[in-house]
Amino acid sequence: MHLYNLTLQSASATPQAIVGNFSGARQQEIIVSHGTRLELLRPDLQTGKLSTVIATDVFGSIRSLATFRLTGGTKDYAIVGSDSGRIVILDYDPRTSSFVKVHQETFGKSGARRIVPGQYLATDPKGRAVMIGALEKAKLVYILNRDAAANLTISSPLEAHKNAAIIHHIVGLDVGFENPIFAALEVDYTESDQDPTGEAFNNASKVLTYYELDLGLNHVVRKWSEPTDPRANLLVQVPGGQLASSDRFDGPSGVLVCAEDHIIYRHMNATQHRIPIPRRRHPLEDTDRGLIITSAVMHKMKGAFFFLLQSEEGDLYKVTIEHENEDVKAVKIKYFDTVPIASSLCILKSGFLYVASEFGNQQLYQFQKLGDDDNEPEYSSTDYPSYGMADSTQPLPRAYFHPRPLENLALADETESLNPIIDAKVLNLLPNSDTPQIFTANGRGARSTFRTLRHGLDVEETVSSDLPGIPNAVWTTKIKEDDMYDSYIILSFVNGTLVLSIGENIEEVQDSGFLSSAPTLAVQQIGADALLQVHPQGIRHILADRTVNEWRAPAGKTIVAATTNKRQVVVALSSAEIAYFELDLQGQLNEFQDRKAMGSRVLALSVGEVPEGRQRTAYLAVGCEDQTVRIISLDPDNTLEAISLQYVPSPATSICIAEMLDASIDRTSPTMFVNIGLQTGVLMRTVLDPVQGRLVDSRQRFLGTRPVRLIKVQTQGQPAILALSSRTWLNYTHQNLMHFTPLIFETLDYAWSFSAELCPEGLIGITGSVLRIFQIPKLGTKLKQDSIPLSYTPRKMLVHPVNSHFYVIEADYRVLGDDAAAQKVQELRSAGKRIDEEMLNLPPDQFGRAKAPAGTWASCIRVIDAIEGKTVAVVPLDNNEAAFSLAVVPFEARQNELLLVVGTAQETFLAPRSCKSGFLRTYKFLEDGVSIELLHKTETDDVPLSLMAFQGRLVAGIGKALRIYDIGKKKLLRKVENKTFAAAIVTLNTQGSRILVGDMQDSISFAVYKAPENRLLVFADDTQPRWITCSTMVDYTTVAAADRFGNVFVNRLDIKVSDQVDDDPTGAGILHEKGILMGAPHKTSLLAHFHVGDLVTSIHKTSMVAGGRDVLVYTGLHGTIGILVPLVSKEDVDFISTLEQHIRTEQTSLVGRDHLSWRGYYVPVKGVVDGDLCESFARLPVAKQQGIAGELDRTVGEVLKKLEQLRVTASGY
Amino acid sequence: MSSELRYTANTQLEHLHARYTGTGHADMSKYDWLTHQHRDTLSSIVGHPTLTSYLAIADGEATGRIKFEMTERMLQPCGPPPAKDED
Repeated sequence: MHLYNLTLQSASATPQAIVGNFSGARQQEIIVSHGTRLELLRPDLQTGKLSTVIATDVFGSIRSLATFRLTGGTKDYAIVGSDSGRIVILDYDPRTSSFVKVHQETFGKSGARRIVPGQYLATDPKGRAVMIGALEKAKLVYILNRDAAANLTISSPLEAHKNAAIIHHIVGLDVGFENPIFAALEVDYTESDQDPTGEAFNNASKVLTYYELDLGLNHVVRKWSEPTDPRANLLVQVPGGQLASSDRFDGPSGVLVCAEDHIIYRHMNATQHRIPIPRRRHPLEDTDRGLIITSAVMHKMKGAFFFLLQSEEGDLYKVTIEHENEDVKAVKIKYFDTVPIASSLCILKSGFLYVASEFGNQQLYQFQKLGDDDNEPEYSSTDYPSYGMADSTQPLPRAYFHPRPLENLALADETESLNPIIDAKVLNLLPNSDTPQIFTANGRGARSTFRTLRHGLDVEETVSSDLPGIPNAVWTTKIKEDDMYDSYIILSFVNGTLVLSIGENIEEVQDSGFLSSAPTLAVQQIGADALLQVHPQGIRHILADRTVNEWRAPAGKTIVAATTNKRQVVVALSSAEIAYFELDLQGQLNEFQDRKAMGSRVLALSVGEVPEGRQRTAYLAVGCEDQTVRIISLDPDNTLEAISLQYVPSPATSICIAEMLDASIDRTSPTMFVNIGLQTGVLMRTVLDPVQGRLVDSRQRFLGTRPVRLIKVQTQGQPAILALSSRTWLNYTHQNLMHFTPLIFETLDYAWSFSAELCPEGLIGITGSVLRIFQIPKLGTKLKQDSIPLSYTPRKMLVHPVNSHFYVIEADYRVLGDDAAAQKVQELRSAGKRIDEEMLNLPPDQFGRAKAPAGTWASCIRVIDAIEGKTVAVVPLDNNEAAFSLAVVPFEARQNELLLVVGTAQETFLAPRSCKSGFLRTYKFLEDGVSIELLHKTETDDVPLSLMAFQGRLVAGIGKALRIYDIGKKKLLRKVENKTFAAAIVTLNTQGSRILVGDMQDSISFAVYKAPENRLLVFADDTQPRWITCSTMVDYTTVAAADRFGNVFVNRLDIKVSDQVDDDPTGAGILHEKGILMGAPHKTSLLAHFHVGDLVTSIHKTSMVAGGRDVLVYTGLHGTIGILVPLVSKEDVDFISTLEQHIRTEQTSLVGRDHLSWRGYYVPVKGVVDGDLCESFARLPVAKQQGIAGELDRTVGEVLKKLEQLRVTASGY
Repeated sequence: MSSELRYTANTQLEHLHARYTGTGHADMSKYDWLTHQHRDTLSSIVGHPTLTSYLAIADGEATGRIKFEMTERMLQPCGPPPAKDED
């Protein structure tokens, strides 16, 4: 078996983000790590929208990012700490729009290891040194400098190791131009490891240590080390240093130590200041719980600075330090605003705050004010004895604040993120769709969503209006060449033409000079200020003064097709002749003396745009009825001579020559594409060889069932092509690469570009008698998302087999259910406590819910109508019960009536897993599944983590036990059980009487149910222990599954064993077979193995295109959606794996990870080719492309074509 | 580092053990081995963003809290060491 892995949607989680002037321009940019991908974002300061500049797969796991700038420099560099055992300095090159690896220094083994640095990065604020740290012991310091040619240099590493020290955080101190100092938060475990009484552990102190890099002596010394709060977790740099020009200090220097419930200001030989972290005074708050700061950002303005710290609840605090030179007078904290919990916060100088939220969409906020003069209570270290350090072992009295809606920030933009995808289903549910949709359960807590993903570009309709008749074509035109916007809309009907003007209102124009009594074939703004209309009887050249020069078609002949550009007009006559016109320098339209007879009826014509500074374009493409497309010269030397001829599979209905940039063909200048739309709904994309005028590198794509019509439009100021068939497609250039994506919009009969002040890059189209103006807001996104909000974290979902409603189970840990919360409030009330109603009613999707102790759950079952896009019913679970699994079962004992079984458990604890009691709740569907009614509850001894319908009964994985239940009157009846599983059963699949059981820690086992003896027997298992997350059966003997560490693999059972088991009627043979290696008697063999880099949460075997082959579709926790395509021919396998091998050597990872070892992170990669790597072929330099293609005995075009074909036939993307 | 190694002449091995924390040896106690295993696992959880997210979702905590608690637990993941026999 050979599989080809393709990512359809890359991970959208943002574990880290940094800000800097990476392109060297004045504007700041944000670099976001998506775990295995780096993305450069640029905010538009006018609109406040974020746009992606580039995104690159790094084929490694990014663990830390830092930005630095050399003293006196204007450009920031990014440093990346990863699992490659290397430190990498990246430079963004705006010229080629790519990240360039400036330095790559190896220091250790690859992998995210305990003592190999890469986890923490800290830079000196003056850009002189960087420290890279591991979780334990290892810290390396690199000195950064410039050489004589002003290039960045990096020194050999200096060690700042400390044995047996666990590192919590490191940060660079701001010391101005004195020797760079790094502060580290460390705990030494030597003594705790030796002391059996546990006293040393209890007394273990967390120390704040300063490591000074002595630039003169070139070594690192431990300068200062003092114990601090034992629950400290984060350090924040405090500005310091002195300007050379003045005596003023920028700040006191030192660090803020963020600990549980407290923030402490620390510096060598300086007084400590301690302040409490204000809490929400929530009636349901768990008072035993501490509060920590999880992310922080410092912002320096002219002569001042402040900190924004975010707590784990999402509340932002503004911390300010009052200081006189180097002496801190007071540290103050107050509530600022509440935003989603972030993994990183970035403040931009232009007044934006980027919140890289850890789950869900990422936000960009704009600062409205800085919270300087509001009534928020402020807590200062001066309010407490000895600045809060009177007794540092005792906590300060708790401080409180009142959360409120945003006041200091305003949301400017939101980036859609699928992170985390917890479960997904792939099926075609929506009407009028021929490709399946992906339904995902995303998010965490109250910000969870259920999303419907459709392949295509989102369309925003601005105008939709009915017309008196059914037009067959529409155009827009400017009046003068240098007009910004279009002035006229021209509609052509069967027997006339209507001209509308675009202004405040859209109204009819009478004196436009257009002939209104005949249909129109083409409209063009020609020359400097003239207009041109082609109609069946002739060509009208309307000059600026409204005089009309008309060329009439010869008697008895009509014009059947026309094509125009700014200087040239070509028309085809009904006599199969072509007439050519060109604008002369006086603005006069002259016909070329000869007409060209084509010998076959002309169906379509196209000329390209006139190149900048030229008189004309040299090529004309003509599509004839005899299934040919001819290229004809328009060059003055050989005007109207045929250059080349291309046969096409069916008559061409439309042709469009467009010059578009595609970096995979030509990096610097646009390529001339000849797109040929055929009657059969196929689009042929060919490249016009500029030297010989031949059509080369042709690729075909099926667009829909109607004949294709091609229209040239503009997107992002670049030419694009709209292809109309039964679906509308847009062919456009995005980030220098060509994309071809359908629009999610109704079928269009005709369309044209539309540019007006309010809609500068719009499109206008007609469907039937409706005129619609629309635009495409998000180019580059391939999936349109529609979401429905959920209450709690979704756990699993399924779709009803008949009525196609979705049933989603949601459960949140450490949250009180509604009934428990109400009860607790009641208790507090009766105890005479005042309840703050306002706090209770805070919207949970913005503020989250109050955290409760471990063992509490809030959970519900939700019914969703995905077609209508709404929730139709919610069934909350009470008594601290949480739902973990569900299945729809046709119980044979009830005449195959479909029942919903939900596996729940009460008072569940996660580690170690335990519960008071598990339940199987059986529900009946009412009103076609719109609502459900509880039939009965069956108690179980453990948490039912997986359920499945099996031969008219229910099979359940309840903890370690696999059981079959049948329906009874009062409860489900246990029929048979097998308790040989290792940890807990998490997945179940079945075919026939075979059940595939996925264990939480012990991979997939094959079990069989032998009905005659009522036996449930395990007959085969895996040779490796694996932490299964999801699985699916590929066929009767093959299973594809994924584990918790980001691997996807395929296991197969020997067909002989399979037959043997099936032939044994009673299962006695298996029962008495001897187990191998303390497991089942037979072992499955590994067919394919691949490390995706994201934790795969669901895997499905399905087809992604109508009539296409089955592929494996998987979704990842961080938002990845990918497919594994089986390669069918040996030839394909050889080709693609050789290509992969070559690219591996040419394209080195941006973080310095070896590709082969990345894809074989835990187990060597087997039988899977990395399509993402292969597709990076398009971005390689031309010489390398040619080299690789040469090795493969192919041309570059053929390689690209093969890659595209693999993607398109498997996924349609 | 274990005291047994001190008496062996193989100082090079001793050096290697000091350098590569977590490397096992023949006379390692069950407790030492387990503690190393747990520390490695915990650091792997903190080091892999997907695992941190996974745990955070399961545990209903912020990823920052998970990272903090995992790092804290590295100090003594398996409880205090067993008391040494005095003989």
